[in-house]
Amino acid sequence: MPTTPTTDAPAATAATGSAPGGDFSDVTRSDASLRRFLHGLPGVDQVGADARAASLGTRSIKTTAKAQALDLAIRMVDLTTLEGADTDGKVRALASKAVRPDPADPTCPSVAAVCVYGDLAATARRTLGDSGVHVAAVATAFPSGRASREIKLADTRDAVAAGADEIDMVIDRGAFLSGRYLEVFEEIVAVKEACGPAHLKVIFETGELQTYDNVRRASWLAMMAGGHFIKTSTGKTQPAATLPVTMIMLEAVRDWRAATGQMVGVKPAGGIRTAKDAIKYLVTVNEVAGPDWLDPDWFRFGASTLLNDLLMQRTKMRTGRYSGPDYFTLD
Amino acid sequence: MSSRIDVRKTYKLFIGGAFPRSESGYSYVVNDHKGAFVANAALASRKDARDALGAARKAQAGWAGRAAYNRAQILYRVAEVMEDRRPQFVQAVQQSEGLSGSKAERVVDEAVDRWVWYAGWADKLAQVVGNANPVAGPFFNLSTPEPTGVVAVLAPERSSLLGLVSVLAPVIVSGNTAVLVSSYSRPLPAVNLAEVLATSDVPGGVVNVLTGKAATVAPWLAAHMDVNAIDLTGVAGDAALATDLEVAAADNLKRVRRAPAAEPDWSAEPGLEPMTAFLETKTVWHPMGV
Repeated sequence: MPTTPTTDAPAATAATGSAPGGDFSDVTRSDASLRRFLHGLPGVDQVGADARAASLGTRSIKTTAKAQALDLAIRMVDLTTLEGADTDGKVRALASKAVRPDPADPTCPSVAAVCVYGDLAATARRTLGDSGVHVAAVATAFPSGRASREIKLADTRDAVAAGADEIDMVIDRGAFLSGRYLEVFEEIVAVKEACGPAHLKVIFETGELQTYDNVRRASWLAMMAGGHFIKTSTGKTQPAATLPVTMIMLEAVRDWRAATGQMVGVKPAGGIRTAKDAIKYLVTVNEVAGPDWLDPDWFRFGASTLLNDLLMQRTKMRTGRYSGPDYFTLD
Repeated sequence: MSSRIDVRKTYKLFIGGAFPRSESGYSYVVNDHKGAFVANAALASRKDARDALGAARKAQAGWAGRAAYNRAQILYRVAEVMEDRRPQFVQAVQQSEGLSGSKAERVVDEAVDRWVWYAGWADKLAQVVGNANPVAGPFFNLSTPEPTGVVAVLAPERSSLLGLVSVLAPVIVSGNTAVLVSSYSRPLPAVNLAEVLATSDVPGGVVNVLTGKAATVAPWLAAHMDVNAIDLTGVAGDAALATDLEVAAADNLKRVRRAPAAEPDWSAEPGLEPMTAFLETKTVWHPMGV
């Protein structure tokens, strides 16, 4: 099986001469050293990565394992609405659904979080109350990330003040692609500081990063800057999350833990619509990063339509007959 | 004596306008009435039924949204294409039902005529079963027929062509889409009809043809919450299965066209019931004189 060895990180750190054990201050001292480190990461074998992801997608998960996977997937959903046409009413409805996704079945778990624009975070917070479902807000001039640093930081503080527990920031893809890595790094650090107690998810928009090598570099960059989660996409451009890209990010968090002992979460977002797809992702998480990541604290799905399919599959497992979209809310 | 080797055929399913193999990978041998091998047909699984249902659901709004006149033209086109392929259908009916040449020709004639007959109904149904209701108020009160949605159709076991057309055409003429389970022992006319449907302007997904056992596929369709109605004609004579399917269909209050005790005489004029069985009535109140 063509795959990258788990020794990526030590090899890379050894190659660039930085200290092991999580101290990357040498690496992040200057643009040049950062570039040297990121470009010193082993390249991704694109054909091999695609083939491995495809082979992981062929596993057959049935009966009790499937029931468990469906419940886990529901608990991992970041129920998302990021439309210009969002209203308070829509966010309230979505938040109610997040707490009790299937009103007909009290055993159905809640989702992990509701993901909204910053100005609606307060509405989501009010509706969710102390249900345990988090409020995630997108910030930093989502989805393009095209605004000055001050505006991005203000956007972040605003969302946290409105009650967001999690901030989904976008990186400056323009700076990243033109090689100004330090700028991207410093921006993530600054946003993290502005987050205060809130968790930070760093969105790469992998559809715009062109290569798998860039996905790996962005992953390391975001982890060095202290992101709690790395997230594939905004959901606003195509292609959004794909299995190979998520696999590469999972390899990165695995290698990061091997190098530093810290765990970082992964969140694929956009384009995951069916329970079958979700289960493929869970298989990949288990095989690539390991079972420690099979937890809503370390893996999330950014999705809106996925939840209904998960609920329909769950209903099928429970009742023995196939369900239909007429029996679940439109959102 | 020619030394040519027979071309042995393995037919496929018809789902969403394409001809896929069964997801199960199985096919079964189709024999003629004397027991001689004719061809292999795909053995549909419950996953195929779900795929077919998905295709039918996707096609339903578009098909119902077409002008009734346009649906009439398309059904008439089906009759035209069938007429072009007469010899093929005559042979299929002969092989399946063991009829003589002239009798098989008569069956094909009647099947083609039935398409024409139903085509004519597409834009007349609303006039006949719709109504302007007299109400005690300043309103126009209009009832119009609307399609039920996706209909699972179990085609008759014995009448492989005329019976098939007689249960399929009335379902789709009003804007429903169909998941059709063909006769198990006589599936070839249904396969040939699928080829006709694929080449006669019927949008993909409006009719989906599954060859296989009604006893394996039908319970899933009957219980499926996303199927709006089911026609049980194909299980005529099997009262136990018919009852099971009716019970399964009761969960989401599906419309059920019940199985007759025995297969009817398909050459009789069908009347309106096959069409009205799969219609809903929409009534609107419209203020008058405003």
